[in-house]
Amino acid sequence: MATTAAEAVSGTEAAAAAEGHKVIDPIHQFEIERIIPIRIGDLDLSLTNSGLWALIAVGAVCLLMLTAPTRLIPTRLQSVAESLYELVFGMTQEVLGAQGRGYFPFVFTLFAFILAANLLGLIPGAFTVTSHIIITLALALIVFIGATVIGFIKHGAGYMRLFMPAGVPAPLLPFVVPIEIISYFIRPFSLSIRLFANMMAGHMMLKVIAGFVIMLGVLAGWLPLMALVAIYALELLVAVLQAYVFALLTCLYLNDALHVDH
Amino acid sequence: MDVEAARMIGAGIAAIALGGAGVGIGHIFGNYLVGALRNPAAAAAQRGTLFLGFAFAEATGLIGFAVAMLILFG
Repeated sequence: MATTAAEAVSGTEAAAAAEGHKVIDPIHQFEIERIIPIRIGDLDLSLTNSGLWALIAVGAVCLLMLTAPTRLIPTRLQSVAESLYELVFGMTQEVLGAQGRGYFPFVFTLFAFILAANLLGLIPGAFTVTSHIIITLALALIVFIGATVIGFIKHGAGYMRLFMPAGVPAPLLPFVVPIEIISYFIRPFSLSIRLFANMMAGHMMLKVIAGFVIMLGVLAGWLPLMALVAIYALELLVAVLQAYVFALLTCLYLNDALHVDH
Repeated sequence: MDVEAARMIGAGIAAIALGGAGVGIGHIFGNYLVGALRNPAAAAAQRGTLFLGFAFAEATGLIGFAVAMLILFG
């Protein structure tokens, strides 16, 4: 058993080395490749695999939300669209209150795009748009800068009351205020890195365990295959959960901007 | 020290962060179970908070995992 497993390992590794890449190669799936090269002057505006899958995500969301709702008694697909709507609407109502209704389209767009991008990335062979820090950082900066601007427009300089929570005894203020300021400016980074790290780590883990399946071959490969199935289920949960967490934190930051005195 | 060796050691040290993630997630779910067994009627309402807490704890651990992967392969 040990000798055949060792032979299987060295056999596949030799074959892979002959082809020029490792058996376990979890980083290659994140490479950005140009599909339609477009250059305008000095700008590289090519359609990459990232852009293509982002377009597919947007298309999927539009297809679901625009074509499903037709009947009074919902079909199954319509129920999916309606429950997505209700989930985000309930969240905005609960966190932002009556004032927050205007922000619902923004939060829903964010949630739907991230959910679609995360879920589409789980299709074998697909590219996960949200596994790149630049994409999640762009989304997080939109939320952070938007909330800050809204806070200053609504409260003027009084928005800085956010850094002085009510009920803090005076001797503690010199410690609490810098901590509050630092934790405020960390928001875009924590928001973006949370989503990016979850997606990248999940897909890397899937690739590594899939490599184990191939390396162990037919005799023992079913063991890592079972682990792979379990981790794939976990990744489905994480995909939905991270989209929900991003949307919820967006609502919370907007709530901080709208109602400064918590 | 060889750069490759230092990479491997660095990645190994960065992956220790996942231990904290495990402890944190276990803590959150354990506390939820204690509360749910005391007050089953109120348990369902807090399931959203449960998953939210799980996401935060997992995220901090996975940042360490991401650093380890970036050291190894980036």
